[in-house]
Amino acid sequence: MSFFERLRLGLQGVRKKWSEGLSGLFSGGAIDPEFWDRLEEVLISGDVGAALSQSLVEQLKQAARERRVATTEGLYGLFASILAQRLSEVPLMGRPVEPEKGVLTIVLLVGVNGSGKTTTAGKLACKWAKEGLEVIMAASDTFRAAAAEQLKIWGERSGVRVVAQQQGSDAAAVAFDALAAARSSGADVLIVDTAGRLHSKHNLMEELKKIARILDRERGESKLETLLVLDSVMGQNGLAQAKTFNSALSLSGVVLTKYDNTAKGGIILAIADEMKTPVRYVGLGEGEDDLRPFDVEEFVRALLEE
Amino acid sequence: MFDALRERFESIFDRLKGRGKLTEADVDVALRDVRRSLLEADVDYKVVKALLESIRGRAVGKDVLESITPGQQVATIVYEELADLMGTEPSPLAISPKPPSIYLMVGLQGGGKTTSTVKLARRLAGSHRPLVVACDLRRPAAVEQLKILAAQSRVPFYGPEHGEKDVLRVVEGALEYASGHLNDVILLDTAGRLHADEELMEELAAMKRAAPPTEVLLVVDAMTGQEAVKVASAFHERLRLTGVLLSKLDGDARGGAALAIRKATGVPIKFAGVGEGTDALEVFDARRMAQRILGMGDVVGLAEKIREMAESGGAEKMAGTLKKKFTLEDLLVQFEQIERMGPLEKVLEMIPGFSRMKVAAGDEADSGRLGRMKAIIQSMTPSERRDPSIIKGSRRRRIAAGSGTSVQMVNQLLAQYEQMRKLWKQFGKQDKGFKLPKGLFGGGGFRI
Repeated sequence: MSFFERLRLGLQGVRKKWSEGLSGLFSGGAIDPEFWDRLEEVLISGDVGAALSQSLVEQLKQAARERRVATTEGLYGLFASILAQRLSEVPLMGRPVEPEKGVLTIVLLVGVNGSGKTTTAGKLACKWAKEGLEVIMAASDTFRAAAAEQLKIWGERSGVRVVAQQQGSDAAAVAFDALAAARSSGADVLIVDTAGRLHSKHNLMEELKKIARILDRERGESKLETLLVLDSVMGQNGLAQAKTFNSALSLSGVVLTKYDNTAKGGIILAIADEMKTPVRYVGLGEGEDDLRPFDVEEFVRALLEE
Repeated sequence: MFDALRERFESIFDRLKGRGKLTEADVDVALRDVRRSLLEADVDYKVVKALLESIRGRAVGKDVLESITPGQQVATIVYEELADLMGTEPSPLAISPKPPSIYLMVGLQGGGKTTSTVKLARRLAGSHRPLVVACDLRRPAAVEQLKILAAQSRVPFYGPEHGEKDVLRVVEGALEYASGHLNDVILLDTAGRLHADEELMEELAAMKRAAPPTEVLLVVDAMTGQEAVKVASAFHERLRLTGVLLSKLDGDARGGAALAIRKATGVPIKFAGVGEGTDALEVFDARRMAQRILGMGDVVGLAEKIREMAESGGAEKMAGTLKKKFTLEDLLVQFEQIERMGPLEKVLEMIPGFSRMKVAAGDEADSGRLGRMKAIIQSMTPSERRDPSIIKGSRRRRIAAGSGTSVQMVNQLLAQYEQMRKLWKQFGKQDKGFKLPKGLFGGGGFRI
């Protein structure tokens, strides 16, 4: 199966689910209070959130009045452009991390437990290694049992070196060592995989800040990208996650994982809207090629098209 | 747990407080907020809709109690509906009469199956000889993860041969191994999978046929959104779930998914994962959870306690003191009443808004401290109790020695008495009959 074929299939699930709700809703019929209620419900059931769903519906109502759109079919295109605009307004939305040959780029992956950080690290390593970049991974998840082993398997797959220590060792020290290794070997990318942590756990967030602080202090001219890995099955707590990780680390983007799953991930609309944090990648499966840049147009089209 | 939702409810009901009557408009305003907060808590929107309908019907209708305040009325109704939804009867883990008991752990990727498997095994290790079996042959190092966790928790482990691809062979081997090693409980940790992935769902069904499980437990992340119902329904349809384990409940997730999973499948939530350590597993208490969601504590329970106390004459005695000066003797009576109401922690839990007060009272709210406070007052002479202003240095030393405490503690008690006396004066002015003074437990008032 080709890469694009896989993407298409992955996205089909998304499209189907959204369109089940939306296309039915937009295919003729009257624009009555029940229509608006149902539209709001469709958004809410996609994890867009109650407040934002309401405001999106209000925005669509107003736009429909101004432009005298009287049919549900007409509302469809209008709504698509509203959603796309809200997302596109956010700087770096859909822009992948673009490491350059000869300049070290550090990618720090953070997130709650089980969001898919290690898998994302592995996919990024495969992708960049294939592009001919020199990649090193740091197994800074020193807490979870066999996390380093999992990353090493990804390292073998991608032919990428993994810097690791024993379970229970200092995560920041691993990051420090890996950065030194990346420097001395003239690597182009350093991917730092960290332990999953609930954002509400103060001490664990402090530990993460320490990793980020050390990377920031030691990085010199290198670029540092801090990406929040977010499970697309996440509900409204996803916004709290994004906010807390952002205030601790200043995120440069979100990776929306397991998007082939429920594939709604409506919470990213709230994250984009409230925090102006861009979605950079989507993960579509467990294979090494199942990661791609987030595409607004495609996302919205998939959202609304049959 | 559920703290965020609880806070929302508290602010909603704060606004309703102080109203005399519960009108239809009141209910509608409150319910709009209830709707919003339930949705923000990731409760399934269809469940929310149904819930609001039955709450409205009861709140505006005749079902309303007249003995408690409007905010509490709505709160009680919402609580009852929530508790109803969650199911109040405890559902312990089924043990097969004919060993071994087999537990099949299933769920999406990253839900917490492996950790939960070891947690459950560790819990059962006290009474059984559990064996954890690595059936996740897909995720890199998943077998290794279970093996390490099991070793750390001293739980026997069975894993596949290196390079094994057939999960049914692993199950077969595990059954054989278990019978040879007298393991009477077998926990099968399976690979995470999408509920929509037909091929992988079939794999689980085949495992189920190969080793008919005593329980099929779905591990669900407490942070899951609206998809939770679909996930649970799909797994249930295919595998006939018998229970749910809600993982990562130690975060600030509002956890509305829990409400909806139960409603959609009828399957009870049996356990809650509440931390990263392998001992951090609790039996899921639906009733307590519903109370916690509300943040109203056990409102009805508290009302009953207060009624009991009033009948025993305590309240009149206390109400009487409102008319005159508040003395240390009155404080002693209060301490005794608090004691009579039950263990302090329990009483505090029943008080509306306790979650906020807990912050104020902190760790100091222990019954031992209450006992020492009582001892200090009891070490005073009657004249000292009636007029604490005469208690100077040497009296303080005597009281401290007599009560087995320190001068410092005596000073503390006297300072707090002084705060309390001022507060009491205000209550006396309000003259609204008996009311548990809020400041008693926090908010800058008396600290037990």
